[in-house]
Amino acid sequence: MRRSVALTAWLFLFPALGAIGLFFVLPVCASLVLSFTDFDIYALAHSQNLRWVGLVQYRMLLAEPLFWLALRNTLVFVVFGGGLTILVALGAALAVTSGSARLQAVFRTVFFLPVVTTVVAAAVVWRAWYHPRVGLVNAFLGWLGLPRVDWLGDPNWALPAIVIFSVWKNFGFHMVIFIAALQAIPERLYEAAAMDGASRWQQFWRITLPMLQPALGFVTLITVIGSFQLFAEPYVMTQGGPANATLSLVLLMYRNGFQWWNVGHGAAVAWVLFLILVLVALVLTRIRAHRGWEFG
Amino acid sequence: MRLRRANSVRRWAWWSLHAGLTLGAVVVLAPLVWMCLASVMPAGEASQLPPRWWPSAPTLQHFAALFASLDLGRNFANSLFVATAATALSVSCNALAGYALAKLRFVGRDRVYSSLLLLLVVPGQVGMLPLFLLLRAFGWIDTYWGVLVPSLASVFGIFLVRQYALGIPDALLDAARVDGASELRVFWSVGLPLCRPILVTLGVFTFLGTWNDFLWPLIVLSDASKQTLPVALASLAAEHVQDTELMMASAVITMLPAIVLFLAAQRAYLRGLAAGAVKF
Repeated sequence: MRRSVALTAWLFLFPALGAIGLFFVLPVCASLVLSFTDFDIYALAHSQNLRWVGLVQYRMLLAEPLFWLALRNTLVFVVFGGGLTILVALGAALAVTSGSARLQAVFRTVFFLPVVTTVVAAAVVWRAWYHPRVGLVNAFLGWLGLPRVDWLGDPNWALPAIVIFSVWKNFGFHMVIFIAALQAIPERLYEAAAMDGASRWQQFWRITLPMLQPALGFVTLITVIGSFQLFAEPYVMTQGGPANATLSLVLLMYRNGFQWWNVGHGAAVAWVLFLILVLVALVLTRIRAHRGWEFG
Repeated sequence: MRLRRANSVRRWAWWSLHAGLTLGAVVVLAPLVWMCLASVMPAGEASQLPPRWWPSAPTLQHFAALFASLDLGRNFANSLFVATAATALSVSCNALAGYALAKLRFVGRDRVYSSLLLLLVVPGQVGMLPLFLLLRAFGWIDTYWGVLVPSLASVFGIFLVRQYALGIPDALLDAARVDGASELRVFWSVGLPLCRPILVTLGVFTFLGTWNDFLWPLIVLSDASKQTLPVALASLAAEHVQDTELMMASAVITMLPAIVLFLAAQRAYLRGLAAGAVKF
């Protein structure tokens, strides 16, 4: 009987584990192996052109200004794009939950809408809005009396433009998580605090924020993982330009691997990205252990 | 409960809060509204100065052009097929696995689950190059099967189903077992119906994810007649930079099904999302 349950369980698990193993775990491991080879377009044609080169791809990568630029851009995007997204999401969640209960669902739906839009399509719309001459963003700035900006054409503004776009696109997702966490805070905590004469500001710092910590930890983790994968936005809006100002790590991997067929080099980029994420996840888990956050 | 707390806030605070929320909603919706309006403007009107919001003479010519000469209908059908197939495959695989991890007792279960969770931090892009080579060896490049492969099963999906299935009382399953039902039978007629809400969530999630996905279909599908909407849109956007109205029309076509599905299923979608996140 026990044995048959175990057999059924493994049968149930087989399709999912098989697919994940063959199409995810195996390629991830293979990409580590590939990053130690000089796999390129010649090896793609004849596998005997493949050579083991050890750490050469990584050494070349670290000597490459383009890699450092891509890493810098990606980090800027993670810190500013991710940070702003979380702040806006938290603000929106607080505003939505403290507003009219009847309108709550409406605002939540509206703020969530950009999340379900297709990145490519939304990026096409925003590219038109960022147009230096006829775009609506500049028209609005002009209306406010502010100077016009060549959003996607100026190397200093292209990345901030993508940050703003991604905040618009993503904050609704985090907001929904924050709303759920806010609604899980027992009302009596606020009642007790109010009775003790705590101001709303004190209530926020002493009750809301501490109670939100698990959600904050989770949101931070998924934001960091998601932001490191920046690709479609620069691909559609700027092609990584101008002057590689919006080149991201995944875009660099895509170009190396799938446009120039330097597969070994692309795999090295992918693994550097992965190692950074593992590091970030470890740090976040350490903070969680330290502060008592709960996720994962 | 919330209402009472809101009432205690002074009236001006209430009004400024709602003014702020309304302003936020306007800002969030503005690009989408403009996209819809610009898609029916006569050619050139979306790039006029000062910028226009209202089309002078609404026209469907751009939609007609997209379907007639640019064959976007084909890409639409591709997207629909890929997203539907991915949803069916992913829901089946993940439901089986998630249920087994929650409700069937076997040696090594916890180890399987914790190793799966570790995979959550691995971004899909890491394995993309070898996956491409693997599918090339199978002859699956430029096929729908090749696009579908990564969405067969997902750690997130398994996690979602498992968390939900943990809440099913064992007594219900045991009752069926006592009646002599096989484990497969118990799963099919008791477990699966009870998991329905989370499977709807997972289905909507997968459909939207696949519909909106860009990088993998871009890599696998090179034949224009096989490409999904986002990939076709990206190449259109590179070729027709000046035709803003045409671009907006194709953006509308690409986004509309996702938005409609979300609005129709948002209860299930948001509830599942929040539940998954809070339990994490």
